[in-house]
Amino acid sequence: MEEKKPKKRVHMREQVPQVRARNFMEVPYGYTPEEAVEEASRCLSCLNPSCTKGCPVAVDIPSFIKLMKEGKFIEAAWKIKEENALPAVCGRVCPQEIQCESLCLLGKKGEPVAIGNLERFVADYEREKGEIQIPEKPKPTGRKIAIIGSGPGGLTCAADLIKSGHQVTLFEALHKPGGVLMYGIPEFRLPKAIVEKEVDYIKKLGVEVVVNAVIGKLYSFDELFNEYGSDACFIATGAGLPMFLGIPGENLNGIYSANEFLTRANLMKAYLFPEYDTPIKRGKKVAVFGGGNVAMDAARVALRLGAEKVYLIYRRSEDEMPARKAEIHHAHEEGIEFMLLTNPTRFIDDGKGNVCAVECIKMELGEPDQSGRKNPIPIKGSEFQIEIDVGIPALGTRSNPLLVSTLPDLKLNKRGYIMAEEETGMTSKLGVFAGGDIVTGSATVILAMGAGRKAAKAINEYLKWKYWDTRSLSN
Amino acid sequence: MFKIVKKEELSELVTSFEIEAKDIAKKAKAGNFFVLKIHEEGERIPLTIADFDTERGTITTVFQKVGKTTHHLGTLNEGDSISDVIGPLGRHSHIEKFGKVVCVGGGVGIAPIYPIARALKEAGNAVISIIGARAKNLIFWEDKMQRVSDELIITTDDGSYGRKAVVTVPLDELLRENNDIQLIYAIGPAIMMKFVCKTTEKYNVKTIVSLNSIMVDATGMCGACRINVGGKTQFACVDGPEFDGHKVDFDLLMSRQRMYIDEEKVSFERYKKKRGFNTLWKRKNQKRECI
Ligand SMILES: Cc1cc2nc3c(=O)[nH]c(=O)nc-3n(C[C@H](O)[C@H](O)[C@H](O)COP(=O)(O)OP(=O)(O)OC[C@H]3O[C@@H](n4cnc5c(N)ncnc54)[C@H](O)[C@@H]3O)c2cc1C
Ligand code: FES
Repeated sequence: MEEKKPKKRVHMREQVPQVRARNFMEVPYGYTPEEAVEEASRCLSCLNPSCTKGCPVAVDIPSFIKLMKEGKFIEAAWKIKEENALPAVCGRVCPQEIQCESLCLLGKKGEPVAIGNLERFVADYEREKGEIQIPEKPKPTGRKIAIIGSGPGGLTCAADLIKSGHQVTLFEALHKPGGVLMYGIPEFRLPKAIVEKEVDYIKKLGVEVVVNAVIGKLYSFDELFNEYGSDACFIATGAGLPMFLGIPGENLNGIYSANEFLTRANLMKAYLFPEYDTPIKRGKKVAVFGGGNVAMDAARVALRLGAEKVYLIYRRSEDEMPARKAEIHHAHEEGIEFMLLTNPTRFIDDGKGNVCAVECIKMELGEPDQSGRKNPIPIKGSEFQIEIDVGIPALGTRSNPLLVSTLPDLKLNKRGYIMAEEETGMTSKLGVFAGGDIVTGSATVILAMGAGRKAAKAINEYLKWKYWDTRSLSN
Repeated sequence: MFKIVKKEELSELVTSFEIEAKDIAKKAKAGNFFVLKIHEEGERIPLTIADFDTERGTITTVFQKVGKTTHHLGTLNEGDSISDVIGPLGRHSHIEKFGKVVCVGGGVGIAPIYPIARALKEAGNAVISIIGARAKNLIFWEDKMQRVSDELIITTDDGSYGRKAVVTVPLDELLRENNDIQLIYAIGPAIMMKFVCKTTEKYNVKTIVSLNSIMVDATGMCGACRINVGGKTQFACVDGPEFDGHKVDFDLLMSRQRMYIDEEKVSFERYKKKRGFNTLWKRKNQKRECI
């Protein structure tokens, strides 16, 4: 019997690199309906599909793709939304290549089905057609849940709990909900209008969103329980505390943490300055330090702000970079200059308090360290300087102590993250659950969503039985 | 939305707003600040909570019109609303009975020094206050300060009111004549705080200053507000805003405050054009004094 040759994956068209490197519009254009059906039709509809096992929120992937094959895009979107309240976001920013798509049978021989692209298409289709379906309101249970932090973890937990009939309030410190989706991930990867729409959907489900509410300052934790009358609480405050390099000159003007640079650009829309009031330095020569997704984002934003040169300075080699391959590829395409095996040693003052150069040292790789990555060692005498006017350390984040420092009875691990049971999110404090980056350290959107979902389930159990056993958390 | 319930022009450039913010008023303490954003396109700026009234559910803030945002703010009137008000932020002042204390407020810094002087007075301290500005028309809240101080000294640079001096002159005299001063609180332009600290250092009297660095989130998430205290980088928004003045690198603070001076100009010029604004800016050509 002749074996059918698997069709090639339908490529999603993108803005050409030279053009997109100068605008903030989304990089890929999205599928046309025809392309979407064609890509969907590559799915083998396996009898025993494994893709779903790779999804932290267990989206019924084969079913939604089947609906797509039949052209039932809206129904497909609703199918996804049974499990995932933020499909337009996940279709864009999830690392599908190491999740669902990595388990797709087609991937064994050729390219896996572009599950992420399909998810993105149906979510966009539903939104553009305006046929957003709001599930029927369940019978109210009379229970109140407070959720702190409106990133993907908080949003998912809220969406799940409101569907169980509880009264859910989501408290957000910033003036806009969405967490990293709003302040961190740039417009050209995740348009903010889309995040707003997804948050709107969650509001329409009945979740009350209170912005400008810094918990620990405006309301204490005990107030949420006693005065506000919450029966349970979920903490998903993210890991927002920027790390710096700790080298001389780091407080010079022109040096930004990636968090600040991206918050100015995304949340505050500084790329539209002076139309928007928040300023940002439009560097001509910009150096970004780090090799993760955040570093790629910062570098690509700097480029779009008009930089002539953007250096990405990383102390190991490209193989060790933690960023998604696709992002590294995009950065290369757009002309970001990678300076690998290079580490900054100090920033140099132009005499007026502004950075004018960075001194770096060359590195070589030694033995693998605990994380299995090869340890970079400086090469003596290899120092050199690069002229820059903006420098952006993108070294990752740590746990922000603002809220947890007000909760002495909440157990933290050595790195300051909240200790929570993996399957339930239960913490050492009665009625308090936690998940997302504040538990795991910087991770991914979908893992935070997975944690929100598990916590929602556990909260429902807890409300039934009031059972609390977190002995597993003792170190 | 947060409604402005009372507006007062304290001087030509200094305005006070009483803003409805029930929950913030409940929690506010001397030394706290808040962040506001006027409208969708606005920037987030930190302002000190100069007073709060739990019963009325309001906070009072005092600001000086220096750039676009503060000028725009100044055009709002009673009944208007501000889109975002976030607070109370920062650590509040540590108030206890120290004995004899001096509170120094310079320029618009008179406003934030007031609740601290009041709290110190209520805690049983003997409070000597010095308030100063460039000229008479920039002095405000003299009566309020009088009420919470055992002694009030007023200075102006040009001598148009009170003593013709900068605040450090009477401060130095006080320190020379009283060796029982336990603590100094100083709030004002960075340059003033720097010289207050230089003065008090000689007498080895602990001096607390409140730093007004540029901020974005003001919750410790971005590091825009970083400063150097005792050789260590700190975030003014969460580690402060109050610090031991003798350890603060004021030159770095001032340099960082100037980071967006060009952009601020662009933004302000554009704003004036749009509004057809006949501003005090040009007439007075005021030196930038930020708090
Ligand atoms: C620049 C950047 C790019 C990224 N790109 C990707 C990507 O492509 N794909 C991917 O999967 N992941 C990506 N990530 C990681 C991902 O965004 C995070 O793992 C995820 O957002 C974590 O979700 P969360 O719900 O735990 O918290 P967050 O999204 O961090 O949200 C926490 C929210 O809580 C609020 N908060 C904090 N403290 C308080 C308080 N005391 N009171 C009230 N509210 C509070 C914060 O303001 C924030 O809005 C990226 C991260 C960054 C920074
Ligand atoms: S203002 Fe962002 S950390 Fe202080």
